[in-house]
Amino acid sequence: MEAAPVPRLTLSGITKRFPAVVANDGIDLTVMPGEIHAVLGENGAGKSTLVKIVYGIVRPDAGTICWNGEAVVIDSPAKARALGIGMVFQQFSLFETLTVAENIALALDKSRGGRELDARIRETSARYGLALDPRRHVHTLSVGERQRVEIVRCLLQTPDLLIMDEPTSVLAPAAIDKLFGTLRRLAAEGCSILYISHKLDEIRALCDSATVLRAGRVTGDCDPRRQSSAYLARLMIGHDLPHPQHRAATARGDGLLEVRNLSLAAEDPFGTDLSDIDLRVGGGEIVGIAGISGNGQQELVAALAGERPVDAADAIVVNGIPAGRLDAAARRALGLCYVPEERDGHGAVPEMSLEENVLLTAYGQQLVTRQGLIRQRAVRAFAQATISRFDVRTAGPQAAARSLSGGNLQKFIVGREVLQGPRVMIAAQPTWGVDIGASAEIRQALIDLRDAGVAVLLVSEELDELFEVCDKVAVMTQGRLSPVKAIRDTNAEELGLLMGGSFVAPEVPSSRAVRERP
Amino acid sequence: MMVALEARPEPSRLMAWASPLLAAAATVVAGFVLFSLLGKNPVDAFVVFFIEPVATRYGVGELLLKASPLMLCALGLAIGYRANVWNIGAEGQLTIGAICGGGLALWLPQLNGALLLPLMIAAGAAGGIAWAAIPAWLRTRFNANEILTSLMLVYIALLALSYLVQGPWRDPEGFNFPQSSLFGDNALLPLLLPGTRLNVGFLLAVAVIAAGWLFTARTLAGFRMRVAGLAPRAARYAGISAERTVWIGMLVGGATAGIAGVGEVAGPIGQLLPSISPGYGFAAIIVAFVGRLHPLGIALASLLMSLLYLGGEAAQIGLELPSAITRLFQGMLLFFLLAADVSIGYRLRFRRSPGAAGAAAESPAR
Repeated sequence: MEAAPVPRLTLSGITKRFPAVVANDGIDLTVMPGEIHAVLGENGAGKSTLVKIVYGIVRPDAGTICWNGEAVVIDSPAKARALGIGMVFQQFSLFETLTVAENIALALDKSRGGRELDARIRETSARYGLALDPRRHVHTLSVGERQRVEIVRCLLQTPDLLIMDEPTSVLAPAAIDKLFGTLRRLAAEGCSILYISHKLDEIRALCDSATVLRAGRVTGDCDPRRQSSAYLARLMIGHDLPHPQHRAATARGDGLLEVRNLSLAAEDPFGTDLSDIDLRVGGGEIVGIAGISGNGQQELVAALAGERPVDAADAIVVNGIPAGRLDAAARRALGLCYVPEERDGHGAVPEMSLEENVLLTAYGQQLVTRQGLIRQRAVRAFAQATISRFDVRTAGPQAAARSLSGGNLQKFIVGREVLQGPRVMIAAQPTWGVDIGASAEIRQALIDLRDAGVAVLLVSEELDELFEVCDKVAVMTQGRLSPVKAIRDTNAEELGLLMGGSFVAPEVPSSRAVRERP
Repeated sequence: MMVALEARPEPSRLMAWASPLLAAAATVVAGFVLFSLLGKNPVDAFVVFFIEPVATRYGVGELLLKASPLMLCALGLAIGYRANVWNIGAEGQLTIGAICGGGLALWLPQLNGALLLPLMIAAGAAGGIAWAAIPAWLRTRFNANEILTSLMLVYIALLALSYLVQGPWRDPEGFNFPQSSLFGDNALLPLLLPGTRLNVGFLLAVAVIAAGWLFTARTLAGFRMRVAGLAPRAARYAGISAERTVWIGMLVGGATAGIAGVGEVAGPIGQLLPSISPGYGFAAIIVAFVGRLHPLGIALASLLMSLLYLGGEAAQIGLELPSAITRLFQGMLLFFLLAADVSIGYRLRFRRSPGAAGAAAESPAR
């Protein structure tokens, strides 16, 4: 053991400019061996760019990187791996039709599959409490298990620094605890961890030190265990965290969404079948749907919004009108607006301008003449109104959607839907991957809708969010929906049990037995 | 020294527009090399190929005359292509359009031209639409790939025309040549420029270009076609019917190709022949892409492609080169365009040795 420990990684003066924005502006950061170091910041603060520089995906314009005390140039992920840097990305890159071992073999620089690899996978996963069967196909794995594949893939290369980019955004509470256990064990063995997140509680629970970024600059270095969440939030967003105003529901609005006995076989072979869903969302209330993603929420939302019409017209009733067979445009005409889970390519077309993205769903707001001609001035005014009412940070209505950060684009999409004056609103994971400032504004927008009498359905994985804004909540698991509970009469523990399927009847109903998975 | 192809952070708009010009320039350069290898003086050949054909008033008329069917076909195709509907069968739709419009001219030889010509154009459009409806139906009903079905229908259309002019529609006084009777003047499009063969079909093509621009840039339906091409999930979210997109994309292309077919038989040809198009329907695919699927770009690309046709004919006469020279130049143009299009998403980087560039500044994409 050396007397004065050499830092594992030292970044000094790292600067990266993109055409429109300075993503990193003179960033200094030091990670010691065995340290769990948080990089904390809102979306768009420059966290991702910074770790991509460390992993060799992006090259900095200026600044130096020292690895174990020596200056290095990391010009490719292969170089990063050779130095001993591993990275687990937020979006997994796994082939669903291949097995765990095959996926891992593909990623190893010297690919050597077969029994030897199986044994190494078993050994590594057992050592770090990451139970994995190398022979299983990835499509049979839960999201948490898929993340384990990614982590094991990194660990097989025995890294000295592991980068985790927003690893908990896809995990259930129990899985998060398990992940933290693994990371702590790794750190105890001397592996440094660079942990990217915007979740303050997690960072305070896990990390030894934190570097806070805002708008591409370091706004503070601290020990997160000794600081309050409010202090970290101030460093991160520059002001105090807004708290949503949650008034008691007064006016009962006329919006109404009813789902009766909805069963639907999944289109995607790896999707989830819906069975016997019953749900009622009245005007002036927010009903939340909790559950770990992949349990049929996407399929339910697609059916409710009309992206996938169903055979039975009265299985879905919007404002009293049977709407099961109507497509999304026809349901929008009935007053149903919808914020999809995915922003790029679903809620917005990245290549198109914000004006054009307004036209995607808001064309019914007198933006088109009776002859079908686009009223450009009205479209621009609508885009401008969305931008100013929802504080969307952008160059203007003609900026391409992809030039916006995730949080800003999400605010734009939510704003576009809200300004259409919906009577029913469906929001699917509206704050997923969105910074806390924008998340708070989006939640407030949903509450304002409720207060205006709109029937709001909120699908979310985050229990905190559901408890913060919902009046009622139900849990989705394996394509089934639990009975709806008033939010006052339940707690996180009970919802956790429901996520485990405690409400599902023991016998297997015929509708599910028809389509057995391979 | 290492050359690497590196992804741009964003596709370059400059290159998107410069790429067709680069491709045209590269085609000319390759033409120079080709002529030299064939033992021709490249400068003389260049003059024969690209300058002489349009040095006269008659030549300019021919340029616009041949550009008209290309504009019509390419515009219709581009509306589908923007929505990821790949109609490859414009040649067949053009042929059926010519059969329908020409058939009307043979069937009603006495009708007044003011009535007959609009009827012929309508019949041509209807024929093209009907021919394009087959792949559209196969695609929406059976999910059959429209690239294959529309292409296969080209050959059926060509054989149908061949059957008609050799059989039932053969000119009884035509010495058994496989051709129909000549159309009367009432079935011929009026000429525009004296001393040339240019007719009002050109105005029709320009009007269709303008209508195409209006459709794509100013109407909700045109906007939805673009969304369907760029982001199918967003299209579903917006309630844009995928089937409707296929139908519009195929049928618009069929209609314009059908009109182009009438323009040929009621224009420079004046009767039905076994072959009425020197591959305009296929060349229009190249035109659509060289024109960046944009109506104005298509108009310009049509002129370029038309010049290649004229130059190819001139080269046959003036340079004693085979007729394949036209298609050779068309192919080179497409080849260089596809190569140049790589530069939209990627850029070349030159490095002395791997790693030495270090933290060199990356030049912005635009």
